[in-house]
Amino acid sequence: MPLPAVQRERAASDAIFVMTDTSPVQALRTDGARAVVADSRTVTSLALTTHRLSLWIKSPRPYLMLIGFAGFLGFWYLSVEVWKLPRFSEMPGPTEVLREWFSRDPTYGLSIFVPEYYMHIWVSTQRILTAFFLATVIGVPLGLFLGGSERFKQYVFPVFELLRPVPPLAWVPLAIVMFKGSETPVIFLTFLASFYATALNTMLGVESIDVSYIRAANCLGAKRWQVFRHVIVPGAMPFIFTGLQISVGVAWFSLVAGEMVSGQYGLGYVINTSYTMVRYPTIIIGMATLGIVGYVTSAAVRLAGDYLMQWRTRELALGGDR
Amino acid sequence: MSVQPAQVQGFSSTLQPVRKGAVRIDDVVKIYGADDTGILAVDHCTFEVPPGEITEVPAGSLVALLGPSGCGKTTLLNAIAGFHSISSGSIYLDDEILCGPGKLKAQPGPDRIVVFQNGALFPWKTNIENVTFGPIMQGAMSRAEAYNKAQDMMADAGLRDLVHNYPGEISSGVRRRVEIVRALMNNPRILLLDEPYRALDSLTKSVMHEALLEIFYKNRVSIFFITHDLEEAIFLGHRVVIMTTRPCRPKKILDIDIPHPRDYSVLTAKRFRELMDETAAAVHEEAIKAFAAGEKER
Amino acid sequence: MLAAVKAMSAKFKGFIFGDDFWRGIISIAAFLVFWEAGSRSHAWSGFAFPWVSQVPAPTAVLQEMFKLVQEPSFWNSAFLSTLRVFEGFFAAMVIGIPLGLAMAVSRTFYGITFPVFEVLRPIPPLAWVPASIIFWPTQELSIAFVTFLGAFFTVVVNVIGGAQAIDVRYFQAARSMGSSTWDIFRRIILPGTLPSIVVGATVGVGITWAVVVAAEMISGGGSAGSVGGAAGGGLGFFIWNSYVGGSYTQIVAGMISIGIAGYISSALLRKIGQWMTPWLSED
Repeated sequence: MPLPAVQRERAASDAIFVMTDTSPVQALRTDGARAVVADSRTVTSLALTTHRLSLWIKSPRPYLMLIGFAGFLGFWYLSVEVWKLPRFSEMPGPTEVLREWFSRDPTYGLSIFVPEYYMHIWVSTQRILTAFFLATVIGVPLGLFLGGSERFKQYVFPVFELLRPVPPLAWVPLAIVMFKGSETPVIFLTFLASFYATALNTMLGVESIDVSYIRAANCLGAKRWQVFRHVIVPGAMPFIFTGLQISVGVAWFSLVAGEMVSGQYGLGYVINTSYTMVRYPTIIIGMATLGIVGYVTSAAVRLAGDYLMQWRTRELALGGDR
Repeated sequence: MSVQPAQVQGFSSTLQPVRKGAVRIDDVVKIYGADDTGILAVDHCTFEVPPGEITEVPAGSLVALLGPSGCGKTTLLNAIAGFHSISSGSIYLDDEILCGPGKLKAQPGPDRIVVFQNGALFPWKTNIENVTFGPIMQGAMSRAEAYNKAQDMMADAGLRDLVHNYPGEISSGVRRRVEIVRALMNNPRILLLDEPYRALDSLTKSVMHEALLEIFYKNRVSIFFITHDLEEAIFLGHRVVIMTTRPCRPKKILDIDIPHPRDYSVLTAKRFRELMDETAAAVHEEAIKAFAAGEKER
Repeated sequence: MLAAVKAMSAKFKGFIFGDDFWRGIISIAAFLVFWEAGSRSHAWSGFAFPWVSQVPAPTAVLQEMFKLVQEPSFWNSAFLSTLRVFEGFFAAMVIGIPLGLAMAVSRTFYGITFPVFEVLRPIPPLAWVPASIIFWPTQELSIAFVTFLGAFFTVVVNVIGGAQAIDVRYFQAARSMGSSTWDIFRRIILPGTLPSIVVGATVGVGITWAVVVAAEMISGGGSAGSVGGAAGGGLGFFIWNSYVGGSYTQIVAGMISIGIAGYISSALLRKIGQWMTPWLSED
């Protein structure tokens, strides 16, 4: 399938970068056909990123981006603080929020200078990490088996699918009933959502491996477990990592919900209590923080994937399906 | 054709392995789906990949299977390789039975290695990791031995500088060659090539043909390949089997009497043209039938 | 055992299901048995299975469901939730699809709007609830807004991805045959993006259900319980209420109802999707 336009463009410029920047171009002897190939040095994510960054700055894109943000913030500012539009009257304006967020002595108690702020971030992150870790450790093997063994799938998948349509939040009361304490239900909830995303995508990854690879491995004398280790697991990796990115996003979704309903500390809790205690600017601070932390965790997963799958990073950089 | 040299089982590194790579397809039928309602893909096929002339080195032969798209040629190849079962009949490799009554599916193994149409080099392994995959998985060689042999073989094939690259970084023609080296590392008795040059342009193809012949002359492994290109089949093969459209059976079996070693001057030789004339009509007939039937490539 | 079950079913109606069907049934049955035993473990054996013993047994839940199905207030809640889902979902499609298409078609528009979009996307929809309540005059609207957000981001992302993945050769072919820009939009971009829209919709509807249930729980109950009081309604609120009222069987019954409703809406969307993109199902 041809890559989307944005990726194609990036891939094209990456290709030039990879070919010219890493080593002299090598050509083959014996045949008239020349295969242009880059040296085997690792294409570091850093080098590629700096290259992309330099290109980006020279394009019109940064300016458009600024226009976008200016527009958004401007609209917010104008509607709340200048024009004081009816619906916006109670909302905190951007100046108020920013002042609060960056003040050394915040009126409502939370800013980047207050340790409590980081405590909440840490508590939420910790829950995410626990749930995500569990979901990955259980979900990936399960997905691998579901994809790898038809029989296993026939037994296990129906039960799996039976429980899936129930949204994570609907489990909250049951989770509170089932598990003691206030931490475990929240983590369970987050785990559940993550787990489904991970397991499903892993299964899909295994199922989408081109059967020729498995057949080739069989021809070459690999036994079943060798095929599993050398073909199925690496072959499913791209899908697994996509699943992990989705899983992190879904985890945050459930975590916030869980924290708002029944948690102590954490960013969801902050947003909720800020509302009940009429500390409106802090609500926005909480939301913005969530956005940032969520993005960082997602990017971390993606970078880990890029690093572990060097072969794919380089393949995509050189033009995808050739 | 029926000379029987001594059979030596197994490959020990001190003895020269006896390989003929002679495959005999005997009245094979393949039906997809239920017996009475399924699709008949292969209809009572019988032909042979003959053992080559026995000279100082046991030889194999090059056999081309030619036919229109979707006629069932890949089914036969898959049956030999052990990916599909057959419905009846039997297939022999060097007079040992691969599959037949009671055992309808052969076991895939390194004596018959397939080189796939779209390439099946593992994209997540470097070229040399790919090439050494077979012997290491089978435990036939240690890592060091395998790497040494692989580097030698790749250097032989002109691929010395690509040893540590990933398949995604090289062109598809070169990938094909790496895949063949990967297969040859295992001393197979026969190489099964499934339309290997289908996706290549004709300039690259011509180079690949000579490369394939070079491999054949050096390694004397039997090569059984599927193609839809008559010129390619006659140029390369000792024998060409022309198949009908689905369900396929051999329509015409031709032994090519142009002597080996061949090179590209053969293409303009008189005998070559004669052979083309003999067969072109038959091939064209089947092509028209296939077109009319609107066969989709599987 | 498989053979015996199959033989039985063959006699029963002359249906012959495949092995895979029966394996699924067996495992679901095993699951239910395990659940039943776990729930009753304390009463039966004095030993309380760690978590499952707190869960009401399937048989009890089934009885509860029979009762519920006959009560109009239950169907009221179900209807309310479904309505909210479709409101939010519909709004997300109506705004998201054109926006996505605009972003896919115009590089400038994309450059302006996409960064803002990407910055807002990681914020979980539920985090918007308090802000939404402050902003919108009624509770209904605030829930609807949050629901809308849930599906909106997914739909837009899928539309952009779908539009960008259209093979550039289709455009070239159309241009070479003399199509106007409007024609290209109507006949290539729209149908070409349709499969992705369908995928975005199917995923989006699942998210919408999750958000609706969550929003109902939060604004009708939970720590923000003071907001709006019992005016929430809907299945999410029903579940939370059952919890507060101590009726655990109702909790599970409610969960199952939501699951069924969610499944039906996804299946419905998929069917509609198949109907709208017949070219994809051809083999």
